[in-house]
Amino acid sequence: MKSERIPSGCAISGLMSEEGRRIDGSVIIRSIACMHDRSNGLGGGFAAYGIYPKRKEQYAFHMMFDNVEAKVATEEFFKDVFNVDKDEPIPTHRENGVSNPPLLWRYFLEVPENKLEFITERDYVMKIVMKINSEVEGAFVASSGKNMGAFKGVGYPEDIGRFYKLEDYNAYIWTAHGRFPTNTPGWWGGAHPFTLLDWSVVHNGEISSYGINKRYLEMFGYRLELRTDTEVIAYLFDLMVRRHKFPIDKAILALASPFWKDIDRMETERKRIATAIRQVYGSTLLNGPFSIILGHNNGMIGLNDRIKLRPMTVARNDDMLYMASEESAIRAIAPDLEEVWSPRAGTAVIGTIKAEVE
Amino acid sequence: MKIDAKDMHYRQLNRIIRDAVASGEKEFELDNVQGQRYIGDGLNESIKITINGTPGNDLGAFMNGPRIIVNANGQDGIANTMNAGEIIIHGSAGDIIGYGMRGGRVYIKGDAGYRVGIHMKEYKKQVPVIVAGGTAGDFFGEYMAGGIMILLGMNGKDQIVGDYVGTGMHGGVIYIRGKIDPYHLGKEVNCLELNEEDMKLIGSYLKEFCEYFGFDLNEVMSRSFTKLVPLSHRPYGNMYVY
Repeated sequence: MKSERIPSGCAISGLMSEEGRRIDGSVIIRSIACMHDRSNGLGGGFAAYGIYPKRKEQYAFHMMFDNVEAKVATEEFFKDVFNVDKDEPIPTHRENGVSNPPLLWRYFLEVPENKLEFITERDYVMKIVMKINSEVEGAFVASSGKNMGAFKGVGYPEDIGRFYKLEDYNAYIWTAHGRFPTNTPGWWGGAHPFTLLDWSVVHNGEISSYGINKRYLEMFGYRLELRTDTEVIAYLFDLMVRRHKFPIDKAILALASPFWKDIDRMETERKRIATAIRQVYGSTLLNGPFSIILGHNNGMIGLNDRIKLRPMTVARNDDMLYMASEESAIRAIAPDLEEVWSPRAGTAVIGTIKAEVE
Repeated sequence: MKIDAKDMHYRQLNRIIRDAVASGEKEFELDNVQGQRYIGDGLNESIKITINGTPGNDLGAFMNGPRIIVNANGQDGIANTMNAGEIIIHGSAGDIIGYGMRGGRVYIKGDAGYRVGIHMKEYKKQVPVIVAGGTAGDFFGEYMAGGIMILLGMNGKDQIVGDYVGTGMHGGVIYIRGKIDPYHLGKEVNCLELNEEDMKLIGSYLKEFCEYFGFDLNEVMSRSFTKLVPLSHRPYGNMYVY
């Protein structure tokens, strides 16, 4: 074990084309690599949206298996619960700084109609993700959305990106993370992004309200098995936006709610909404320092904690929206920018895909 | 000396600068800077460093003499514990600018981020100064123990400074151009009008600021300023005594 202290923090970066233009993965690798010294080689990962257009109606499961037994057990389980249209190894490039990867396999899945008598399709898929992560020994779901995927592991992010050959994928949203684990182990399933269905979260910071958030989420059938705080953020968005149908900006009023002193000064209608949300959804409040980038099929959202204890710079150019821990990581891939700013604490930057994307 | 910093790690870049300074080099121009940290850190000599590109975090930390000119935006932690010298940023700057700063000057043309000048301090003639032309975020001058900060809000944004201004402040002085709603102030500061001496003091820094960035001094001085000073030199003296 190294005894020297390496002062650092995690790195996050994200880019999105509002027009739905596809961009290859070498671009986001260049951005996150610029912040190499914010990570320590114990985790790196990417989320990509729009990468499986030919199979966009199917759930793309990116799986991590510790051993062949876990793969066999998962595949037996898949046969019972899904129609497996295709499965294949996730292509990797083995000749670089990445060691001891698990078995990495992806599955394109459809839900048999007879399973949906009493449950919505996405609730059904969510339950299966929870079941695999908590009950199938040695198997973890890296991602489970449609037309998207997470690519993550133990290593520096630029090495992980090359390991997964991200230059071969084209996406209209990319997010990336370089990890500097502080409280929880560096392991393949614990690298960011954390995902559920098409939600993905990359996060710099720590969620000190984890215990409260976890207990609350468990009441709604989420099982938190990945030994890290970031997991709660992905599930909270799934609960609030997908299941409870909050618009994103209202969900933010719960997760990074305004302080009571500021609510007191709001005009009546806004005050009523903010008060009601804090009262009903108090247990979803995220406390502690964070900057996060949330991805989903229709957009990308950047958010800081309420007193801005972690950095975030946002920029625009043409149809592109960029977010990163440092401005230099944006300039590395887009030297000329029309607009660069640091969002205020607790104020989300909400990017939305304007075009119909395939 | 011209250095092309493209794809160079910060250790290599700073090593080149250090070695050149040791052999008497006085002027540096760094091109294609892209997030390299710690530029100018701990240097004692009166040298000049011009930076083209975005410098990384902790620019000019522990710096004791050099003059740094940034022709872009800066990032976080600029002038951390800086002791002497000058940093001129022709753009905006990130969070925790001038943390624990104890001397020298930082001039920012645009906005500054959160926690600017927290725990700045002064001793006799060692008086640090930060001037920003735009707006600043929360915790401006938090736990400030000395020095001078001037915030101008020249970019027309409606809220010139965030909340908790001067919370825990116990030394130094803050000047903010325009009026400020007491709601945004920490409990430990007192709001005053400027006297002639104050005007003379900020006038000298603002003249320099306007020369660097091409602002019109008359326009800058055309609005009244608010002066913030600590109510006490020991605001938390009774905090843990019972």
